[in-house]
Amino acid sequence: MMRRIPALLATLVIIAAGLSAAGLLGSCQNEQELLKKKYIAEGMVLYRSQCQNCHQIDGTGFEKLIPPLTDTLYLRQNRDRLACIIRYGMDEPIVIHGQLYDQPMIGNQRLTAMEIAEILTYITNAFGNKQEMFTIEEVQRALDRCRQEQTGP
Amino acid sequence: MKQVIALLGIGLLVGCSGGKDRTLPILGRQEIQGSDTVYQQIADFRFMNQDSVWVTNQTFSNKAYVADFFFTSCPSICPIMKKQMLRVYKAFEGNPGISFLSHTIDPRHDSVPVLKKYAADLGVSSEQWHFVTGPRETVYALAENSYMVAALEDENAPGGFIHGGHFILVDENRHIRGIYDGTEEASVNQLIRDIPVLLKESEAAGNSKTSE
Repeated sequence: MMRRIPALLATLVIIAAGLSAAGLLGSCQNEQELLKKKYIAEGMVLYRSQCQNCHQIDGTGFEKLIPPLTDTLYLRQNRDRLACIIRYGMDEPIVIHGQLYDQPMIGNQRLTAMEIAEILTYITNAFGNKQEMFTIEEVQRALDRCRQEQTGP
Repeated sequence: MKQVIALLGIGLLVGCSGGKDRTLPILGRQEIQGSDTVYQQIADFRFMNQDSVWVTNQTFSNKAYVADFFFTSCPSICPIMKKQMLRVYKAFEGNPGISFLSHTIDPRHDSVPVLKKYAADLGVSSEQWHFVTGPRETVYALAENSYMVAALEDENAPGGFIHGGHFILVDENRHIRGIYDGTEEASVNQLIRDIPVLLKESEAAGNSKTSE
């Protein structure tokens, strides 16, 4: 009877440890989820003031002048380029949902990496899109890369 | 007292807009010359459109037109204005009595081919909707003095220019008959209601001319 107590204790300890680990993991995920939600909310406000005039409130674009932001595949395949398009603009034809668009887009150099991360997190999680959030680090890396491309090695 | 004036104002507005024989006022500066009132007219102009065709006052000698000022790379109010203008265009598409005249305020960038591409991407006909370019100073002076729309270059503004978002309804006698906010759907709805009033007036004038 007495010998069983340590075993019981050990089992309890293991269970407790397991529970707290799960709890930690859970709160970590919650924090990530919460941060993403915050980025989406901030991104929506920025989108409305910086992007909506052209791309429209529902991301549907305008005739063949301005492309929609509803092409999830394009957004995913060009994930690394999106930050640079917002910062430096774009002056080359693109195909969205099979339609060619080639009006230039002007960039907005006043937006910070954090603001771009928020806008991109919003765009890639609105208009029928559902993708991972953009972190400031990811956006900063992308911006550093395209600045190198622009100024040359 | 203010409320009374406001009520009177509303009463006048309702009085003017109601009824079948509604007419549009002549807007702008006016001068009394003897017993006649002389109204402001759109000054002479000559600009090139997206098909490299000259557009002048004579282009609109027997029709009304809606004018605005924009530039193709404008990120601020132009897309909103163009969306609204497209609504007006679609409401009167193919109607020979009404045309559209969009002036670029960025002639350095908005060359004829750029305007041509823009019109094509907007999906509109060159016959009815002219996108025109001309010397910067001429366009700006016409905007300010004839159409009463502000246009100026400002490197701090998004896209580099500041301009008014008005739509101006001009009749066949070069008189301004309506000024609308091209960024406000309600104001543009008013324009859509006003155009037929002007067309009817012009038709009646045409009939009386032929019967004289």
